[in-house]
Amino acid sequence: MQNKEWALYEVFIRTRAGLSHRHAGSLHAADDQMALDYARDTYTRRSEGVSLWVVRSDQIVASDPAESAAFFEPAEDKIYRHPTFYEIPDGVENL
Amino acid sequence: MTKDEALLAYTLRLGDNALILGQRLIELVAAGPELEEELANANFALDFIGQARMFYSYAGEIEGKGRCEDDFAFLRDDREFANFLLVEQPNGHFGDVIVRQVLFDSFYGLQLEALTKCKDKRLAEIAVRAGKEICYHLRHTSQWLVRLGDGTAESHARATEALGRLWRYAGEMFAGDEVDIILQSAFDGPDLETIEAQWSLKVAAILDDATLAIPDEKWIIGGGRQGHHSESMGFLVAEMQFLQRAYAGATW
Repeated sequence: MQNKEWALYEVFIRTRAGLSHRHAGSLHAADDQMALDYARDTYTRRSEGVSLWVVRSDQIVASDPAESAAFFEPAEDKIYRHPTFYEIPDGVENL
Repeated sequence: MTKDEALLAYTLRLGDNALILGQRLIELVAAGPELEEELANANFALDFIGQARMFYSYAGEIEGKGRCEDDFAFLRDDREFANFLLVEQPNGHFGDVIVRQVLFDSFYGLQLEALTKCKDKRLAEIAVRAGKEICYHLRHTSQWLVRLGDGTAESHARATEALGRLWRYAGEMFAGDEVDIILQSAFDGPDLETIEAQWSLKVAAILDDATLAIPDEKWIIGGGRQGHHSESMGFLVAEMQFLQRAYAGATW
């Protein structure tokens, strides 16, 4: 009997039309169709979504936690990148 | 038999198929081969129980004697259930479950689809709702049958054996009686000949994908409709009804 480990998949759910897909969790499945079925049965039982994406976890290229200092910390002191220095003219509710 | 008697009998039969198959799937809870399949199976079981509740509630209204869904489910003896023999068949191994589900779901989906066009509004409404659930069940179970049939030598052999054993119970689904005839003539209900033809095509396509041969089995076992059930049915009903029989009227 073959006893191969099933692949890990990441599940993304779009909760409503117009919103983007968000990561909901992961699951194991033997193939792509099974992953989609299981995502439906595991993560959308309570009407959580209107669209599902599944992707094999080993297909995701992720940033390395060991490199997070070089990756993310340089942005922390660049407050000028936040659009907080504009004066909003009177009477304009949204800019 | 009057129109109303036929409608009542037909609605109860729909409820009985759903309840008994739901109970069979519930027996598998906490015994799934994988966590994800466990969740899927429990969802399916609850879909069937939910459908049974809708059919039984409506049957109680048609009958007009004050019986509710619980009375039909828990206070009738096994001989009073009119489900197909196919749905009461014991779970066996995973391949047995999948074959049973594919054979029944592919019939039940067609039956519900036809019922959405029937003249009885309530039955048509329930059929719309249940039809969506069964459409998904069949997608899931037929994909599994393809994986098993077209999988390893062992899974192929086990699926073949399961199909050979369960095939003889499929014929009962198309053997209509007076109830089916009245439902068709008076309510524009399902035409079993059409459904059998559609079912044969659908199942042949799934089996072809699964590299499984259609069994050369001409022997058909029926009787579920008349309450003549197989031996295992009594055990199923006894377990299902234990609480209400031992503690009559118990509620949450």
